[in-house]
Amino acid sequence: MNTKTSAMPTLLSWANYSRKNANPAVQRKIKRRLPVQKLWSTTLLVSVQVGMLIAFLLLWEVAAVYKVVDPFFWSQPSAIWSTLIVFLAEGNAATDIAFTFRSTIFGFIIGTSAGSLLGMSFWWSRNYALIMQPYIICLESIPKLALAPLIILVFGMGLASKVAIATALTLIVSTLTAYSGVQAVDKDQEKLFYSLGASRLQVFMKLVIPSCIPWIISILRVNIGLALTGAIVGEFVSSQHGLGRTILYAGSTYEISLVWVAVLVLSALSIVMYASVSWLESVLRKGVVH
Amino acid sequence: MTTGAGLVLEDVSMIFRSGGQEFTALSPLDLEVPAGRFISLIGPSGCGKSTIFNIVAGLQAPTSGRVTLDGEDITGMIGQVGYMLQKDLLLPWRTVLDNVSLGMEIRGIPLKQARERALPLLHRYGLGGFEYNYPSSLSGGMRQRAALLRTLLVDTDLILLDEPFGALDAQTKSQMQEWLLQLFGDFGRTVIFVTHDVEEAVFLSDDIYVMASRPGRVIDKMPVDLPRPRDRSLVTTPRFVAMKKYCLDLLHTHGQPVEEQQAA
Repeated sequence: MNTKTSAMPTLLSWANYSRKNANPAVQRKIKRRLPVQKLWSTTLLVSVQVGMLIAFLLLWEVAAVYKVVDPFFWSQPSAIWSTLIVFLAEGNAATDIAFTFRSTIFGFIIGTSAGSLLGMSFWWSRNYALIMQPYIICLESIPKLALAPLIILVFGMGLASKVAIATALTLIVSTLTAYSGVQAVDKDQEKLFYSLGASRLQVFMKLVIPSCIPWIISILRVNIGLALTGAIVGEFVSSQHGLGRTILYAGSTYEISLVWVAVLVLSALSIVMYASVSWLESVLRKGVVH
Repeated sequence: MTTGAGLVLEDVSMIFRSGGQEFTALSPLDLEVPAGRFISLIGPSGCGKSTIFNIVAGLQAPTSGRVTLDGEDITGMIGQVGYMLQKDLLLPWRTVLDNVSLGMEIRGIPLKQARERALPLLHRYGLGGFEYNYPSSLSGGMRQRAALLRTLLVDTDLILLDEPFGALDAQTKSQMQEWLLQLFGDFGRTVIFVTHDVEEAVFLSDDIYVMASRPGRVIDKMPVDLPRPRDRSLVTTPRFVAMKKYCLDLLHTHGQPVEEQQAA
């Protein structure tokens, strides 16, 4: 009892001491509200966005008219617009768009599916996976676009070479992603399958493939962009059709407004494909991930 | 004791060697589980409960000994017994019905027929109305029910349950225990049940094996001669409390029953 009562004051006085004296700097009293941002209405946001675009185009046009920027090199919005009308009205536009679109899609499909299958095949044997690993990593580190001239030589000037370049760009990324999916397969789930007496094939079909699908879905959007890049580079190197060829041709003949038109159409194509793949992704996700 | 029918472990041991060091996960064990009995294994972590399960399920080869089921050597054979792991391991891309049908499907029953067999059982055992839901929308108790039904729907005489209710809250847990007893009565399988919860073991089992760790071994076998069907009110009877105390004392004298303290 005695020790307790005698201990108490010491403890208290220590607490008082540390509170009053140990930290002489007095803290400011804070009077502040939680910062809240008010979101503008969609209409307002969109009008600002459109306004900025119009202002930019107007500025460009005016600068070109007064020769602040050289319209020979930079062209100007009015010229681009009239070129666009001509380009779309002409017969070539549809052929060029279709050509680039086709090589992109084929390359995308072949690269993604072959790569995914290759990546998932590594599940079957750890030895096989370990043997292949350095090769896959080497292939990944090769700048595939540097091989474009070679691919054109082998596959010719037509669609095949563009598809091949687009495939080369997407294949290894898909392989690595699918392999990550394989490595992430839940070991306990595998254990469950085997405890039920499953064969290797059953585990692969009913567990490994479904587990990898979210990983493969996640690579789709990246791959569509890569495939498009591959297709355009293929057309740059050597081609008779396509938007990439149009850009190259227009550039070499100083038709700068046509360059801009082709870039615009290419962006539109890219947006359309990207949006479709995003849509596909969301549909697949809903079907697969719950 | 009946011989022949049921599970027999003869001199089964498990020793891991790594870097010249030996670790005895399970020292040589003889165990006989007659057909139709409900056996519990209790003990601290590292006492070899999961090792026994993995060996019986054929997922690990024992260092020595053999496992026979109804007289047949099943050492290292998979698919001979039903095994429910701690986690429910329901496949997120399958509906509850298709998850429950998985075991039958793996055993070659067409999915359509497997579903037809599973559907009435889902209704009977408290999963009616959730057949076409995905596991993510189920509660923990529901998921465990589905996982247990998946195990039971595979035609094996013996099922291994590894702490199936360990992660559930107390109330759900006691509901699930009563549900399991109902299932045990209906299906008439042999069950080996692993738990940290002594009360759970006494409430459910015919025999309790108390285990100790370092090395993993069985230190005692206690028969639970309480009549079935059992009711929740049983847990406060002196006989029940005495058995529970006996097990707890054993666990205390043989090492640190850390898990028991957590469960309590």
